[in-house]
Amino acid sequence: MNLAPIPHNDHLFVRRLKQVGELLRGMRVTWGYLVRPSRVVTREYPENRETLTFPERFRGQVVMPHDAEGEHNCTACTLCEKACPNGSISILTTKNIADKRVLGRFVYRLSSCTLCNLCIEACPFDAIHMGHQVDNVEAASYERAALDLILNKREGR
Amino acid sequence: MIDLTVTHPIGDRIREVLPPLPAALANGALAVASLALLVTVMAILLVWLERKVCARFQARLGPTRVGPFGLLQPIADALKLLMKENLRPTATDMVAYYLAPLLPITGSFLVLTVIPFDHNLQVANPGAGVVFVIAASGLGILGTLIGGWGSNNKYALLGSMRSGAQLFSYELSMVLCMLLVVMAAGSASLREIVLSQQGTVLDWWIFKLPGAGFAAFLLFLISSTAELNRGPLDLSEAEQELTGGFHTEYAGMSFSMFFLAEFVNMFAAAALGSTFFLGGFLAPQIGVHAVDAVLSFVPGVIWFGLKSGFLIFLYMWFRWTFPRLRIDHLLALEWKFLLPVSMGNLLLGATLVTFGLLLP
Repeated sequence: MNLAPIPHNDHLFVRRLKQVGELLRGMRVTWGYLVRPSRVVTREYPENRETLTFPERFRGQVVMPHDAEGEHNCTACTLCEKACPNGSISILTTKNIADKRVLGRFVYRLSSCTLCNLCIEACPFDAIHMGHQVDNVEAASYERAALDLILNKREGR
Repeated sequence: MIDLTVTHPIGDRIREVLPPLPAALANGALAVASLALLVTVMAILLVWLERKVCARFQARLGPTRVGPFGLLQPIADALKLLMKENLRPTATDMVAYYLAPLLPITGSFLVLTVIPFDHNLQVANPGAGVVFVIAASGLGILGTLIGGWGSNNKYALLGSMRSGAQLFSYELSMVLCMLLVVMAAGSASLREIVLSQQGTVLDWWIFKLPGAGFAAFLLFLISSTAELNRGPLDLSEAEQELTGGFHTEYAGMSFSMFFLAEFVNMFAAAALGSTFFLGGFLAPQIGVHAVDAVLSFVPGVIWFGLKSGFLIFLYMWFRWTFPRLRIDHLLALEWKFLLPVSMGNLLLGATLVTFGLLLP
């Protein structure tokens, strides 16, 4: 689509004619929306829950991906905890059998999280992501305690 | 005594059975009841249609939850408005405040009384129907002005003054367009105007007056959009600038009367447009006998609905496509462009009619 501004060195009459043309072009655009149902962007959420997809950059709640062996990338470096502006993350560490400091519990308080993405940017190991699944969006709960999540699946790994 | 009678099977039967005065009263009551029904159904249908069409123009779905395709949404809206408290701010002028919402709907109701929906479907057929239409639609302007003044609110007053200026101005070119058709048809009765367009599609006034008819139709579309307070010329509402314009202070039922009037008005304007330019209830004959026989088998009221529906769709298309004009641009458009053009157009039409330069 040509979005260049209309040159203003035309005669006034020519300019007015072109402006009418622009109006008609606008009508063509909206007509295109009207006649093509495929361009409708509305998603009927509860019904299409199974097929609902979110864009890659959508920010749902923070998730920690685990691989097939149940391993995650977190080294308990606490950079995310320090990056969090409202203290939504607490890294509780523990020692493994080799007496090495490892992640005990990744405590994530969704109730105070603003989904600002700063923890994800702070993480040097790509251990946490902003989720973009439907499960990462449906967080409604009857008690606040249900919003205190532990992101790692097993302690001490 | 001026005879305004319209022949209709039911009306004629009542006139046979009853003496003149009760018959007139009964017929009048029937006519008002059916018009009230039409107004209600139209308002509900148009609110739904507006929301659906607007949504699709913006790549949305519109109401889908209340009833099939969201058809019951306007009823839900109406119930919500009914249950709201009819607030009146203390500083308002009570008479003006409560009178204003009634005027626009009354005006459009009166316009609908003279519109011929079918050969025998018209409440009254005054000889000067066009004059009546113009006078009745003036009530809407009065409602806007009184509402803004009676609200005692600076935004409402500004909005009503702006829209007063707008409506008075655009009334002119709209009337001039109507005048062209009245001149060409040789009658100011809406029924006669429709009947003067009998024949093929090319006998409709939009085509029959070469050039002038089409220009008048476009001018009518633009100026009636302004008259209806619809975007892009909805300066009196201008909800983003004037917090709603003249109906800022209105709530509940008094607000919904304005709201209802807007949609009934749109139907009335579309009905006028199709009566004047698109042959009203006449079937669109194309000159091929077999097709014409089928087309004229369809009742006139359906053709009337289709033509008005087309114009209503155009109004919606305009509203959801174009950005709103600034008030000085709006008035400049009327006084510097539409009014001279429609006067010139009237002159052109007069020349065409005088020298018989109509399409055969």
